[in-house]
This record gives sequence, C-alpha cells and structure tokens, in this order.
Amino acid sequence: METLSENMKAALLSVLLLVVGCLIWELSIPAQKAVGELTEYELLTGGGQPKAGVPPPSQVLGKAWEQLSNPFYDAGPNDKGIGIQIGYSIYRVLTGYFLAALVAIPLGFLIGMSSIAYKALNPFIQVLRPISPLAWMPLALFVIQDSEASAIFVIFICSIWPMLINTAFGVAGVREDWVNVARTHELSALKTAFTVILPAAAPTIVTGMRISIGIAWLVIVAAEMLVGGTGIGYYVWNEWNNLDLTSVIFSILMIGVVGMLLDSMFGLLQRAVAYIE
Amino acid sequence: MAKSFLSIEQLTQRYPDGQGNEFTVFEDATFGIEKGEFVCILGHSGCGKSTIMNILAGLSEPTSGVVKMDGRHVSGPSLDRGVVFQNYSLLPWLSALKNVTFGVTARFPHWDKAKVIEHSTAFLAKVGLTGDAIHRKPSQLSGGMRQRVSIARAFANEPKLLLLDEPFGALDALTRGTIQEELIKVWSDTDQTVFMITHDIDEAILLADRILLMTNGPMAQVAENVEITIPRPRVRNDIVEHPNYYAIRNHLVHFLAQRSAELSGKSDGPNSPKTVCIDLTGEADTDDSEPPPLLRAVEV
Repeated sequence: METLSENMKAALLSVLLLVVGCLIWELSIPAQKAVGELTEYELLTGGGQPKAGVPPPSQVLGKAWEQLSNPFYDAGPNDKGIGIQIGYSIYRVLTGYFLAALVAIPLGFLIGMSSIAYKALNPFIQVLRPISPLAWMPLALFVIQDSEASAIFVIFICSIWPMLINTAFGVAGVREDWVNVARTHELSALKTAFTVILPAAAPTIVTGMRISIGIAWLVIVAAEMLVGGTGIGYYVWNEWNNLDLTSVIFSILMIGVVGMLLDSMFGLLQRAVAYIE
Repeated sequence: MAKSFLSIEQLTQRYPDGQGNEFTVFEDATFGIEKGEFVCILGHSGCGKSTIMNILAGLSEPTSGVVKMDGRHVSGPSLDRGVVFQNYSLLPWLSALKNVTFGVTARFPHWDKAKVIEHSTAFLAKVGLTGDAIHRKPSQLSGGMRQRVSIARAFANEPKLLLLDEPFGALDALTRGTIQEELIKVWSDTDQTVFMITHDIDEAILLADRILLMTNGPMAQVAENVEITIPRPRVRNDIVEHPNYYAIRNHLVHFLAQRSAELSGKSDGPNSPKTVCIDLTGEADTDDSEPPPLLRAVEV
C-alpha cells in the first residue's frame, strides 16, 4: 500500500468518523410505523400523525440541500432563507465588533502606554468585564428603544473587553529596545505608535480580536433569540416553536460553520502579523 | 582646555538606593572626544559605562553635569547620535534591508524611495551583507549577521557621533574578529566619530585611538586616558608583533585587575583623566637588560 501523508490520513479518518457517526445516528432513530400497522387505539390517540422526534441525518441533509440551494428567498417575516438570516447576524456581529474595535484599540493603546490611565481605568474594566453581555439587554432596550440597535450594543459590549485588555497588554509589553530605536531615530509619537508599537503589539492585539469575534458570534445567537425578528438566533428559536427539529439541527450546524469561517479569517490575519523575535 | 567636538563635563549619576540614601554610580566624569576619533571605554561591570552611553545617546538624563556636542548642549535622543545596542535592537517584523531603510528614511525624509534603498544596500554591502540575505528577517539571520545589520543601520544614518554599546558582547570570538575588521573598514571609509563600550582589552587596542579607563563603582571615575600608539591600518595578526602592543596591554590588564579597585571611590573634585602614552618604538633597540620603562603619566 502506498504511503499517505499525515494530512491525508487525518482527512480520511475525519470522513470515516463522520460516516460512522451519521450511521449510528440514523440507525438509532426508530422508524415511524405505517398507518396500516396501527391498532385502533393508536389511531384514536393520533399515533398515526407524524411524530415530532429527533430527525435522522438523512433528513437534515435533505433540509440542508433544500435550504442551501435557495438561501436568499424571502417569503414574509417568518419565512426567510438561511442566507438572509445568517446575513443579518453577520451584519450585527460585524457592526458591533468594529465599533468595539474602534473604541478598544485606541483605548488599549492609551492604557498600555500610560500606567496612570491603566490604574485609573482598571477598576471599571474589572467590574464591567465579567458582566454577561445579555444582562445589558433590558437596559439597552430601554435606553436605545430599538431592538436592532440593542443587539448591536450587546455585541459591542461583549467584544470590547478581550480587545481592550490584549491591546493594553501588547502595547505595555513592547520591548524597551524597540522604543529606544524609535527614540534615537527621532520618530514622532504618532509615527512611533504606527511603525514600532503597532507592529510589535500586533500579534497580541489580533489574538484579542480573534477571541472577541468568537465571543461575539456566541452572543449574537442568544441576543437574537431575545430580540427576535431576524437573524440565525431568531431562526433557531422560530423553528423550535414550529417544532421543526430538522431545521433546528441544520441551523445549529450553520452557526458552527460560520463561526469557524470567522475564526479562520482571524487565524490568517494572525499569521500575517506574526513575527519571530 | 580647548573645547573638544564632544565634551563631557562633570557628569554625575546618582540613584536612590531604596533606603532613603543616594547611591553614586560615577562622579565628575570629564573628558572630550575629537571629531573622527575612535574612543573605547573600559571598566568593570557596575562602573556606569552603559549609563554614560545612555546619557550620550540622550536616552537618560544625568543627575548633574552636561554633555556638549559641537558646542551645543545635548538633551534627548537625536539622529545626530546613532546607537548600536548590544542586543542588536533590530525590528523583528522587518527584513534586514527594511531595518536599514527605516533609519535612513528617518534621517533623510526628503529622499525618494530608490535613493533610500540604494544608500541602505550600499551600507549593508560594506559590512558584507549582500544578495538574498538582506531580504531576510532578523530571526533568519545569525547573531553576527544581525549585528552587521545593526552596524549598517547606524553607519547609514551618518550620525555625527556613533555610540556602540558592547556591540560584540554576544558574539563568538571568530565572528567577533571578522566584524571588528568590517567595523574598522566602515569607520575608516566614513570618518565617523565613534565612542564604544567594551570589556574586551584586545578589541579595544585593535579598534581605538584612545582608551578611557574607569575605576570601579560606586563612585566610579574616568581615571586614565590611554593612547594607543600603534599605527593604522591595524591587522589583528600583526599588531601583536608591535613593540607597544604588550606594554599597552599589560598596562590595561594591570589597571583593570588591580588599580581600578584601588582608585575606586577617591574623589578629588572635577578631574580629567590622566593621559598615558606608552611608546617603546624609540627605545626598542636599546639594552634589553634595562628594567621595563616606567609609564609616562602626563597631566593635560
């Protein structure tokens, strides 16, 4: 037998695990009895009706095919394609996330460069950071009076902390030597920040951004379940209300796939800014 | 005393010692460096060599005393004073060439890109870095090559004063030898004024016009100014044959091993170092049975 590379072997094993897993899942779901085999009692109690149960993977696959072949259809408020729902979620996540980055990165720079700013802001950060982002939701809804903006605010507040802390940490940890190089070359404060401190702290900052986007994607599902209307979180909850478990399972998988894509984008960015000392 | 190109006047550095008292690293250091000179400073750890270097670079402020260059008071870092740090201090996310152009663009902001690159490449070539190597990141270069890049960066900026802080401290002896020769070559091409910290006696003799000797800290002083009376160009292999070589070397070893401790802490007000000039070339063919000639100490 020809020798396969390690990656090939791992890929084969992954496919094997998937197939075996789906097979076990498929076989463990009891088939519905045909109407002819039902007793009179079962017929009277409605046993012949399609029963809500965990669907087999074949059904989920069928659903996925159906949904993904027309992801952007819009047939009213409660019947939109998966693409539209995910699009809404991504839009909210990215808006909240970039607003957070806009605040967190400059503020992190300030905290990292000045120990007075660090000491002054640290108590606030320590109190605000452990608050579950959803705990802000009632207050946000009351103050902002708009469910859409409230969801974005929740994303903003949950993704700000890892970015803020990592930026401050990265900036404070820039080696004295590199700052001295900037000083002996008479670089202005702004030029030093952009040409020396930013690239030096970039790996730490991007790590914080990567953690943040992960958290934001976790939180958006819960936030949309609360605010409703649109988005993948709303979709999951809506299908649960419809008792359409096939759609629920399908959308869970979609949440995972999108989360993975978002994370791997930041993985690429991380690799681009990495350096070896 | 005529004003030198660089004059260090009554430089004193004290730190609080943590118990409410003050700790004097060095006191009343006074010396001058002329344009185009290569001066080394030798002394044990803790005598404040690096502190003097940082003050000259403008990275720290002395407790008292002044540094004047070209008659002007030095304060804060400046492109006129280039520094080569012991740990290279290259920016690891930039290639070797970019590290040099980083300095050149800061120094000559009006130059166009092509000229910056040409200038930088030329200086990298002077220290023996050509071809593919200049596009590598510091992490992909050996310690010796990194220090070459650092030296090229400093020389390419053509500062009025170049400060070298134990530039070869972290290198193995063989690499050190090669780079020392490259350093001499670049220096003689450019007429730079160089001030260098080292604790390698042979390195100091090979490179310097004069060696400043510091007594031990605390309360260290610049005690002597030893002129290196060996003609240039100097080659590592040949200078050991020169009649002055061992006389100078013995004097330096003797100072560092014994007198640096004896003289330590004796402060007698503002003082210039004593100039010591050891030259045996005139007496080399006189009677060998004579006792070794006494050192001539000349007050400036």
